[in-house]
Amino acid sequence: MALLSKKDTNLILDPLADNNPITIQVLGICSALAITAELKASIVMALSVLFVLGLGNVVISLMRNIIPSKIRIIVQLVVVAALVIIVDQVLKAFAYELSKTLAVFVGLIITNCIIMGRFEAFALGNGVWRSFLDGIGNAAGYGIILIIVGFFRELLGSGTLLGFPVLGNPIEKTGLYSIGYENNGFMLLSPMALIVVGLLIWVQRSRNKALIEEN
Amino acid sequence: MLEHVELFFKSIFIDNMVFATFLGMCSYLAVSKKVATAVGLGAAVIFVLAVTVPLNWLLDQYLLRDGALAWLGPEYADYNLSFLSFILFIATIATMVQLVEIVVEKFSPALYNSLGIFLPLIAVNCAILGGSLFMQAREIATLGLAFNYGFSSGIGWFLAILAIAAIREKIRYSNVPPPLRGLGITFIITGLMAIGFMSFGGMLTGGDEAPATEPTTAQKSEKEKTTLEKEEQENAVSYNTLVKE
Repeated sequence: MALLSKKDTNLILDPLADNNPITIQVLGICSALAITAELKASIVMALSVLFVLGLGNVVISLMRNIIPSKIRIIVQLVVVAALVIIVDQVLKAFAYELSKTLAVFVGLIITNCIIMGRFEAFALGNGVWRSFLDGIGNAAGYGIILIIVGFFRELLGSGTLLGFPVLGNPIEKTGLYSIGYENNGFMLLSPMALIVVGLLIWVQRSRNKALIEEN
Repeated sequence: MLEHVELFFKSIFIDNMVFATFLGMCSYLAVSKKVATAVGLGAAVIFVLAVTVPLNWLLDQYLLRDGALAWLGPEYADYNLSFLSFILFIATIATMVQLVEIVVEKFSPALYNSLGIFLPLIAVNCAILGGSLFMQAREIATLGLAFNYGFSSGIGWFLAILAIAAIREKIRYSNVPPPLRGLGITFIITGLMAIGFMSFGGMLTGGDEAPATEPTTAQKSEKEKTTLEKEEQENAVSYNTLVKE
């Protein structure tokens, strides 16, 4: 494809697995864990970060030659904060219930280390189009982990996906519940998010031995 | 006085920033390999939180919240600038961190040497912004309480990073499955510690009295969910009995 050279494709695909922001680079964990009890909240969070990171990378990349390096952190923070305010206001206007569940974690996208990390490491030194792709790729890598964690926590915790019962009805004992299956309410509590991510890291690193760390 | 004590213990143990709300996880994971560096970062977090939370409380009280501008005159009483809080809070934090760095460097070179490298990191630590945002969301009532909240949340964060750093120093001698080494096992240990910290939840309710603690947002939504589920169950039961009849 002429639109995306091989190098550009790698910009998007690398962060999805082998250079994933959450499981490998250890960035942006803060907001990732707290809101993954439901799949819907995880998807909205992933989309918000996609918007902020994609657009923020473009803005920073456009300004990269005029930002004095001494005050670049403040400039970056202002750009992110402005984008996050847009996301927050849009969520409040069109998905009020959801914005209540996400609460302060929308605001915390500002200090999501993935965003500052990509600004510093990529957008300040690269062109607009490549920065955009890099932003989209990293946000997607972040989103994938969020969605996987949200999927398992909602499925095992409340037996639903996006609010639809998929394992049968626990009250009328249909589906899986007819053979004695029970929801594991523990999955909805916040510590389980950490453990699920820990297990994900385990799976990923046993598949790809090159990623194993020294103790 | 009592509310100060209550808020103090509540922010350290029950609403612990790391274990209950996952704030500041990035630096928590990255800087917890050695106890000495963990102590340095922890101290810097306490310091910055204790400065920025009261400052942002003043901003929130006299500039941002609905009707906060009333002190300028009655014609300003209708303004609600709370949509600006993200940008103002983060600007305050970034400038305060710079200011603190300059002041500490000038007046206490020894402290600067131990805190110095961590201060710039802190501007983008989610625990700091999270402290201010939770302060706003929980509607902390007075300046004194806001200071108390910032300071004790900082202590909670300090305790968490100190504990994990000590564990990670020891775990180097254990035989962890290779794919879990480093990050993976740290996540799982943090999860187990968080489960342990959940047991502090009953600390302030003290048996007979009504629960004095306000559940965190996540727990709250869960509670709402369980009550909803209960209602659904009851509805289903009554529906079933109706059908049978």
